[in-house]
Amino acid sequence: MRRRNGNRRTELVLLAAVCAAVLAVAYGLGIFLPAEALEGNFLQAGQPPSLEHFFGTDSLGRDLFWRTLKGLSVSMAVGIAASLVSAGVAVLAGLAAASGSKIADAAVGWLTDLVMSVPHTVLVLLISFALGRGLLGLLAGIAATHWCSLARLVRGEVLKLRACHYVALSRRLGKSGGWILIHHLLPHLLPQLLVGMVLTFPHAILHEASISFLGYGLPPEQPAIGIILSESLRYLSAGMWWPALLPGAALVLLVLLADKLGSCLERLLDPASAQE
Amino acid sequence: MKGTVGRLARIVAAYSIKMVLLLLAVSAVAFVLVTASPVDPVQQYVLHMGTAVSSEQREEIEDYWGVDEPPAERYLHWLSRVLHGDLGESSLYRRPVADIIGERFLNSLALMAAAWTLSSLLGFGLGCLMGRYRGRWPDRLLKSLCYILSSVPAFWLGLVLLLVFSVWLGWFPIGFSSPIGALRGEVTLGQRLYHLALPALTLSALSFSNIALHTRQKLIEVLESDYVLFARARGEGEWAILRRHGLRGVLFPALSLAFASFSELFGGSVLAETVFSYPGLGSAVAEAGLGGDVPLLLGITLFSALFVCVGNLIANLLYGVVDPKIREVQE
Repeated sequence: MRRRNGNRRTELVLLAAVCAAVLAVAYGLGIFLPAEALEGNFLQAGQPPSLEHFFGTDSLGRDLFWRTLKGLSVSMAVGIAASLVSAGVAVLAGLAAASGSKIADAAVGWLTDLVMSVPHTVLVLLISFALGRGLLGLLAGIAATHWCSLARLVRGEVLKLRACHYVALSRRLGKSGGWILIHHLLPHLLPQLLVGMVLTFPHAILHEASISFLGYGLPPEQPAIGIILSESLRYLSAGMWWPALLPGAALVLLVLLADKLGSCLERLLDPASAQE
Repeated sequence: MKGTVGRLARIVAAYSIKMVLLLLAVSAVAFVLVTASPVDPVQQYVLHMGTAVSSEQREEIEDYWGVDEPPAERYLHWLSRVLHGDLGESSLYRRPVADIIGERFLNSLALMAAAWTLSSLLGFGLGCLMGRYRGRWPDRLLKSLCYILSSVPAFWLGLVLLLVFSVWLGWFPIGFSSPIGALRGEVTLGQRLYHLALPALTLSALSFSNIALHTRQKLIEVLESDYVLFARARGEGEWAILRRHGLRGVLFPALSLAFASFSELFGGSVLAETVFSYPGLGSAVAEAGLGGDVPLLLGITLFSALFVCVGNLIANLLYGVVDPKIREVQE
């Protein structure tokens, strides 16, 4: 066995903090990037990676490292917004389903089935098409497809809690539904919801990149990962490997970090594994 | 045996009613979304045809979309045409949408079937391996691999495979479903498979980790059970236990999971087909949306929903046949 300094809980907290810090730094760098860093210089078009340009330059001479960073921050913003919206929808849907009304429960269940019966990518394309592509369509599409699993989670959790003795007792003592919601249900739901939201985030980012790659979503002059990769496809047969390989790898790294952060939080907040 | 058939018939009947209702709802939602979009199907059609549109053609297309009718009637009008098999005419390809879907679905079916078989076999095999060696290095190595693969976007994996195997090594073609310039009748099966290999690999990487992790979990549950402990005490070897007790408990859950993943399969095929310019339904739906081809977009959306529902039906049936708990509940 490996010797450990500190217990597992401290390790998890540190790991989560490191993941969060790296994500925050990447986001901050992308947001506060000066506009000059993104401008093209035709004299330096199509250069392979070097110390001056970490990821090389694209066919218009734009530095791919900064472009990737900017794209990642755009993706993260879309991901955060989409996971917030879908968490909100999920809470409403989950609470409605678990409110005790049979009709509401059936309606939400049916709506979930409806969303699940069309492949997500196709549904996002359709929604984006309806809203005339662009950022709004992208956000709406991703939010509309990501609430289902979280809503199921919330519903299951509320149903479980409502069956608990202390909740039943509280009701017998004459507490109102709202009081029970705030004092008994929410303290249990919030950590779960937070974890669910953080775990939705990487999915949302992946979807954003895929949809932009297909040419929906952000306009082509915007530095987004999907757009950089779809441009790289054109120069692939000419042997330009760096625009395809490196930005994509950065995206994968980002998704892995976000995923790690989510699973750390889950293990910290879930009472079943928090004391391990 | 007779009871089984009756039960399966009941599952099919119950699910079919649900499926028809869901498909109707999908058609309504899709129609509303398309109507809400700034793209006008009649305008698009005229635009793509250039000046060659006669006034009769225009009237016909306006009649198809029910231009002057109120929204609800427009939808019903369109729905009745669809139910009669008239999916409209694609403005990008200038052919009936039903023909395009039929032709491209065969291409997509080949791709998805190859990817599905590969990912099911690979997922199940690796899952069993991980469960067998739980906690040891093969398990940990494969588990990390599965987690990483589930964070990799399908289109980027496709790009990397394309780069490595087509551009650098030159083993595989850059794209399409047959050699460029070859006539349709002359393409051999070998050539088709050769063009199918990389897209199918990309698509299967998307879903096999899910199946593998699920199989691993199930197998570990089985191996920790009392009857396996008893088998071990009786002196059965590790592989014999896996063959006699493990596989039975794990095979059908994995199979129904594989059928239930038709939605991701179709979604992934949109990306994989776009990367490899493979002429299937997935690349057609992406093109249809970009080119404002409303009837094609609607047609493929409906078709994809049907595809997913059929997958779910098979998954439900498998559960009904295999899982004794569900069997009892339904009887």
